[in-house]
Amino acid sequence: MIAHPDAPRLLSGARLSKSFPGVQALDAVDFDLQAGEVHALVGENGAGKSTLVRLIAGIVKPDGGHFLLDGHPYAPRSKAEAEAHGIRMVMQELNLIANLSIAENIFLGAMPHRFGVIRTGRMDAAAREIMTRVGLGELDPALPVNRLSIGQQQMVEIAAAVGGAVAARARCRILILDEPTASLTATESEMLFAQVELLRGRGVAIVYISHRMEEVKRLADRITVMRDGRRIATAPARELSTEDIIGLMVGRPLSRIENEPGDRAGDVALRVVGLSRGRWVREVSFEAHRGEILGFAGLMGSGRTELMRAIFGADRLDRGGIFLHGSTRPARIRSPRDAVRLGLALLTEDRKGQGLLLPASIRENISLPQLAQLARWGWVDGAAETALAVRSIQQFCIKCASAEQPASELSGGNQQKVVIAKWLARKAEVLIFDEPTRGIDVGARFDIHQLLIGLAARRKAVLVVSSDLLELMTICDRIAVMSLGRLTGILPRAQWSQEKIMALALSRHLNAKQGAFTHDESV
Amino acid sequence: MKAYKAGISMRRVLLNYLGLIGVLIALVAAFGLCTDQFLTYQTFDSIANQIPTITVVSIGMTFVLIIAGIDLSVGSVLGLSGGLLGYCLVDAGIPLGLAIPACLLAGALCGLGNGYITVRWRIPSFIVTLGMLEIARGASYLITSSRTEYIGMRIGWIADVSLGGLSLPFLVAVGTVALGQGLLTRTVFGRYAVAIGTNEEAVRLSGIDPRPVQWAIFTMSGFLAALGALLQAARMQSAEPNAGYGMELQAIAAVVIGGTSLMGGRGSVIGTFFGVLIIAVLGTGLAQIGVQDPTKRLITGCVIVVAVILDHYRRH
Repeated sequence: MIAHPDAPRLLSGARLSKSFPGVQALDAVDFDLQAGEVHALVGENGAGKSTLVRLIAGIVKPDGGHFLLDGHPYAPRSKAEAEAHGIRMVMQELNLIANLSIAENIFLGAMPHRFGVIRTGRMDAAAREIMTRVGLGELDPALPVNRLSIGQQQMVEIAAAVGGAVAARARCRILILDEPTASLTATESEMLFAQVELLRGRGVAIVYISHRMEEVKRLADRITVMRDGRRIATAPARELSTEDIIGLMVGRPLSRIENEPGDRAGDVALRVVGLSRGRWVREVSFEAHRGEILGFAGLMGSGRTELMRAIFGADRLDRGGIFLHGSTRPARIRSPRDAVRLGLALLTEDRKGQGLLLPASIRENISLPQLAQLARWGWVDGAAETALAVRSIQQFCIKCASAEQPASELSGGNQQKVVIAKWLARKAEVLIFDEPTRGIDVGARFDIHQLLIGLAARRKAVLVVSSDLLELMTICDRIAVMSLGRLTGILPRAQWSQEKIMALALSRHLNAKQGAFTHDESV
Repeated sequence: MKAYKAGISMRRVLLNYLGLIGVLIALVAAFGLCTDQFLTYQTFDSIANQIPTITVVSIGMTFVLIIAGIDLSVGSVLGLSGGLLGYCLVDAGIPLGLAIPACLLAGALCGLGNGYITVRWRIPSFIVTLGMLEIARGASYLITSSRTEYIGMRIGWIADVSLGGLSLPFLVAVGTVALGQGLLTRTVFGRYAVAIGTNEEAVRLSGIDPRPVQWAIFTMSGFLAALGALLQAARMQSAEPNAGYGMELQAIAAVVIGGTSLMGGRGSVIGTFFGVLIIAVLGTGLAQIGVQDPTKRLITGCVIVVAVILDHYRRH
C-alpha cells in the first residue's frame, strides 16, 4: 500500500516560486508526488502550503519553476485544465453554491443531460451513491446545500471532488485536501479517513494539508514541512515524531500549554436559565464564572452555536432568562447591540461570513465595534484609530504588510486574530468563542489558547465552543456537553474523560433511537 | 506611521480620481478642438447652471448604492416636492419661508417611507422604490392638477444670487459634495454605511444596529431629491409635474461612472461629482458640435459602459 521510495514520480515540481504584494509566498520549493501515497503538507499559516497546492490545482500560476506530470511539462492555466488532467482540489473554505442541491453541486459542470434538460433522476441516483461512500447516505440529494451544517457541507465538497471526477470522466489521479477535517466531527472524520485510504489503495496521490498532527501521523506516507515559503524537510512519516514535525514547523521548540485548573473561578458572570429556541436549543441552564473557561462540547447539530447566538441576541429566543454579573433581574438582550452594551462578545464560527468585512482594511475591521468611542461628534479620529490598529497588530502578532491591508489577503489564523483584536479592544466581560481555532495552524492555535487563558486570568468569563475535544480538555476548567439541543452534563476537570464526554454528547441520540421522538416534539 | 498612512491616502486619492479627471480633461480638449464655441465662458456657465439638481440627487443615490440598496423614486420624489412647492407658492399663497421647508420635508418623508418599508419587512429596495416612483409621480400630477405652476421671481432670485461669480445653486451643489464626502469618509455614520454595504450581518454581530443608518440614508436620498427640486424650480422659475422624469437612471449612471459599486460597500461622493461633470460636458459638447438627440443618447450610453469597463481594469 505504501509507495516505494523510488517509485516513479507522478508529479514533480522544481524551484517553484510565487509572490503576492508584500509576501514571498513560495521561495524556490521542490515538491514531488508518487501515485498511491498520502503526502502530508504541514506548516504554520502563511508557510506557503495553500499557495503550493493552488499552483498544482491551476488556481494560481507560478512566477518561477515548473512542474512535470508523468514526465511531461505541466503548466495548467486554469482549474478546469488541472481537472482535465485528473487533479482535483477540495478547498479549505467552502466553495459550494448555496441555493443548488447537493446533487447539483456534486455534478456542477458535468450534469447528465439530454438536449440541455438535466436528467434529475439519474443525477440524484448517482449523487446518492457517491454520498453514501462519504457517509452522507441519509441525506436527500435534492436538498439545497444551505440547509446543511458546515460539517456536512465540507463532506459534500469532498464528495464533489471525488464524484465530480467520476462524472467528468477524468479519473481522479491527484486529490488535494486542504484541511478537510477542520469542521468535521470525529465520526465524519473517520469516514473521510476511510475514503482517503480507499483512494490511496486505488493509486490516487493525495496531498493532505492538516494542522492536526494525530491525523498526519496516522494517514501520511511522507511529510513535507514548510516554513516561510520554503520547504524545510521531506521525509517518510515513520521517521518523524510529532515533536520533530512541530519543531521543524515553528523553528523553535514549543512549550506545552498548561492551564492551572480551578481556583481562579469567582462570582457568577453569566447565568442562563431555561433557555429555549425552536428545535435547536431546549431548556438550557448553566452558570459561567468570572475567571473560568467553560467549554461546550457536542456533535455537529447539538445546538451549541444556536445557544450562543441566542445568548448574544443574534437570534430571538423563545423562552428563558439570561442574568449577567450576578444580577437577579433578567438582562434584556434583544439584539447584538444590547448584548455588546451589557459586556458580551461573540466571535462567530464563520469568520468570513459573519466576523469580518473582507474587502475592508485591518484597521477598519478592528475599529468597527468601537467606532463611536473613537469619534468626536460623529467624526472618526483617524490617528486614534490607526494607533489602535497598530497596537493590536503588535499585541496579537498579526502577520501583515500594514494596517491598511485588506482582511481578505490574510491567512486564516491572522484573520481570526483580527476578529479577536476587534472584540478585545472593547472591554467585554463575557466572551464567547465559537470554534476559535477552526482551520488555524499549530503556532497561531497556541497563541489563541494562551490568549484565552490570559483572558480568564484577567477575571473574564470565557465560553468556548469547539469540535476538538482535546482542545477543550487542554484549556477549559469545566466542559458542558450538549446533545440534540439539550445540555446533558457539565463536567469539571477532575471528572471528565473523553469517554464520558462522548457518552453525554451521544446520550440523546441513543434515547431518540429508543423511540423518544414524541418526547422531543412535545417540548 | 502617521506619515506613512498619509502617503497611502494621498496616493489613493490620486489613483482613485486620476482616471475620471483624465476622461474629463480629454473630453474638454476634444470638444475644444472640434468647435471654437466650446472653450468659452458661456459653455461652462451653462454647464454650471445645469448640474446642481442632478448633483445633489446623485449624492443621495451614492449613499443608497453604498449600503447595497437602490432608489428608483428620486425623479418622482423630485417632481412631487417641486409640485408641492409650486402649489404652496402659487395656489395656497404660503410664503417662501414656509414653502421651502414643506418641500424639503415632503421629500424626506418619501425617503423615510422607502427606508422604513425596506428595512422593516426586508423587501428589496428596488421594489419598494419602484412603488414610490409611481406613488410620488401620481401625487405630483394630482397636486399640480397636471399643469405647470409658473412661480416667477419669487423663487427665481435664488438662481440669480451669485457669490464670487458662482451662482448659489452651484455653490449649494459643491457644498453638498464636500459635506457628503466628509460624511462618507470621516464620520462613524459613513463608516457604518460602507460596512453595511459590505456585510450587514457582520455589522449586526459587531453590536451595531444597522437600521437607523439605513433609514437615515433613504431619508437623505428623498431630502436631496427635494433639494434638487428646489434648485430646479429656481432655475426654471416654475414647477412642472413632469420634473425629474427619468432622473433616477441619470443619477445611477453618474454614480456608477464615479466608481461606486452597485453591489454596495464601495463608493465616493467626489467620484459621483466627476460622473455628473462627465455626463454634462458630453451632453453640452455633443449639442454644440450639432449632434442630434438620438445620437447623443447613443454616445452617452457607450460612455457609461466604457467607463465601467475602465473602472474594472483600474481595480484589478
